[in-house]
Amino acid sequence: MSKIVRDYGFDRNILTVEDFISLATLRQGVEKPVRLDLGNDENPDGLQPYFCWLEMIRIPFPDFNDGRGFSLAKRLRQLGYEGVLRASGYLIADQYRMARLSGFDEIEIDDLLAARQPEWLWQSQVIKKKLSYQDRLLKTG
Amino acid sequence: MYKYNDFDHAFVRTRVAEFRDQVDRRLSGSLTEEEFKPLRLKNGLYLQLHAYMLRVAVPYGTLNSRQMRQLAMIAEKWDKGYGHFTTRQNIQYNWPKLKDVPDILDALADVSMHAIQTSGNCIRNVTADHFAGAARDEIEDARITAELLRQWSTDHPEFQYLPRKFKIAVTGSPNDRAVTRAHDIGLRAIKDSEGSAGYEVLIGGGLGRTPMIGKVVRGFLPKEDLLPYIEAILRVYNLSGRRDNKYKARIKILVHETGIEELRAEIEKEFLTRKAEFPGINPELLQAIEQDFAAPIFNKLSVDNHVARVAHDKEFREWVKNNVARHKIPEYAIVTVSLKPVGGTPGDATAEQMRVMADLAETYTHDELRVSHEQNIVLPHVPKAYLPKVYDELKKAGLATPNLGLLSDIIACPGMDYCSLATARSIPIAQDIAKRFDHLQLERDIGALKIKISGCINACGHHHVGHIGILGLDKAGVENYQITLGGNATEDAHIGSRVGPGFSAEELVPALERLLKSYLQLRESPEETFYKCYNRLGMDPFKEALYPHLKPKQIKRDRA
Ligand code: SF4
Repeated sequence: MSKIVRDYGFDRNILTVEDFISLATLRQGVEKPVRLDLGNDENPDGLQPYFCWLEMIRIPFPDFNDGRGFSLAKRLRQLGYEGVLRASGYLIADQYRMARLSGFDEIEIDDLLAARQPEWLWQSQVIKKKLSYQDRLLKTG
Repeated sequence: MYKYNDFDHAFVRTRVAEFRDQVDRRLSGSLTEEEFKPLRLKNGLYLQLHAYMLRVAVPYGTLNSRQMRQLAMIAEKWDKGYGHFTTRQNIQYNWPKLKDVPDILDALADVSMHAIQTSGNCIRNVTADHFAGAARDEIEDARITAELLRQWSTDHPEFQYLPRKFKIAVTGSPNDRAVTRAHDIGLRAIKDSEGSAGYEVLIGGGLGRTPMIGKVVRGFLPKEDLLPYIEAILRVYNLSGRRDNKYKARIKILVHETGIEELRAEIEKEFLTRKAEFPGINPELLQAIEQDFAAPIFNKLSVDNHVARVAHDKEFREWVKNNVARHKIPEYAIVTVSLKPVGGTPGDATAEQMRVMADLAETYTHDELRVSHEQNIVLPHVPKAYLPKVYDELKKAGLATPNLGLLSDIIACPGMDYCSLATARSIPIAQDIAKRFDHLQLERDIGALKIKISGCINACGHHHVGHIGILGLDKAGVENYQITLGGNATEDAHIGSRVGPGFSAEELVPALERLLKSYLQLRESPEETFYKCYNRLGMDPFKEALYPHLKPKQIKRDRA
């Protein structure tokens, strides 16, 4: 079982493997809105035409030390993807802020980690989003 | 000098509180040791051979007297009364206790300092020319770019879990004193043919076990494109850098395996995407940084007493000749305080010495100090009129060794004395060399020479780019020192070549003695430095000196 971490707290995960398709399947064409499992070593180039069909893209974090997902999320956002971005796997609460600022909306974690790093801990990270050098450096308006 | 604004203060304090909490959570088990490790590293805390080590950032090597005094206070209160200045312009404390570290970080925050991103697989503390703002040949003060990059890279959400550490160096002068060619990214301020300011961008330099000289990825990058371009480099690296082998994870390996052309194409493509939606840097912020680095008001005092002292005091003259460099203002000078007394630990300063340097900076030199990557301290703006006083004070504190750029101005990594990765000692070797040549009284005669020593193949002592590089290895439980010759860390960066089999610790100093005595024989004139002489003659005569028992033929064969 797993939980979904969002800014307002934990939710139960209701999606299963069957709810996602692979990049190869997607490239064969789609006729209805789908959810995509995108490997953190897969290249999202040429995905733009499919963006309007994608309800969600899920990117795995096989290990919390493997930061590829952050760049992949950022790249998708810069290419114009506006649907839900979910990180799934092994991320720790201290990385929640980074995930959100890189473009993820939510994180799927297993119950074991959720027990060790409870809801309040993840939520304590939400506020820190504001303390960002990168946002501050940029021109606004 | 850059002054923290409210945001900087708030950020650094929040970060200390966060780390305090992380230490607690580690102790309660909410964080595993493995999870805690990158968090402590990003706050500068290493686990070394005997104890924790805290590496404090001195961004681009610049600090004021108040900060230096605080470093002295920390050394006394929480360490053994001294600190160690490093080749990355940081200061390290070798003996802090884990429970004290949050308090030390708070003490740093009190004087606008921190230890953020001084280790770990993230963008490390940005380094810059230690003569910035004072050098004659400068196009612009490199610290403006370095401070911008400090802010941009601090806690950058996308780049906290890179394949490996990532080092950026900036120079604003054509004379590269920041070793930009040995960094993951090197930035060199240049002007294009129309006179607009920008950078030459190098990537993939680095020492370590696979030393490589950085390659030009962009010949001219307009200033306003800096952040989107650097982000593009980092993104390509984060996504494509190797994660299967720690020793192949630096960007230099990616450059090597992918090829600079292909990688450049990828970076340029990423850059275009990023640039399209990049809103530009807030001009007020940039202006504030520029203003903070505006030159101090230079007072042009008479230089008469300085000239008089040079004329009659031989020791002073010697010190001026070696440790004082030309300043952009003729009435001023740049003083380098040697942290390399003969027989001392290169880069170490006691709390008392730190206070002496702080006092001098405050009284005589516009309240600025610099840490150089050669592990010395620089007083960047000293009126020549004050040089005699500054010298006298330094001398009293044991800080006036006139050996800058000479044999005993050795770079040495911590090695076996502190580092858990070491395969050999490094500091004691530096001490032995300095003592021996001091005894022989040959240092002055030998002249300009850069000796660099690393205690293992990770090359923190930069041995690859020393005129003489020494690498300490372990051969079946015995220390063995390999010598490389002909390295160069300047704008003509070059990796030295290994001469032959290594030497035991006892054999090493006599071998160096033979080597340098033969240089004295071989040189055309005292003006021909060891490095020049080596480049003129090639390795063979020096190899003969190092291995006198080898026949000339064997030497040739060995090299083939
Ligand atoms: S070169 Fe090796 S021994 Fe020296 S500091 Fe680096 S890792 Fe440690």
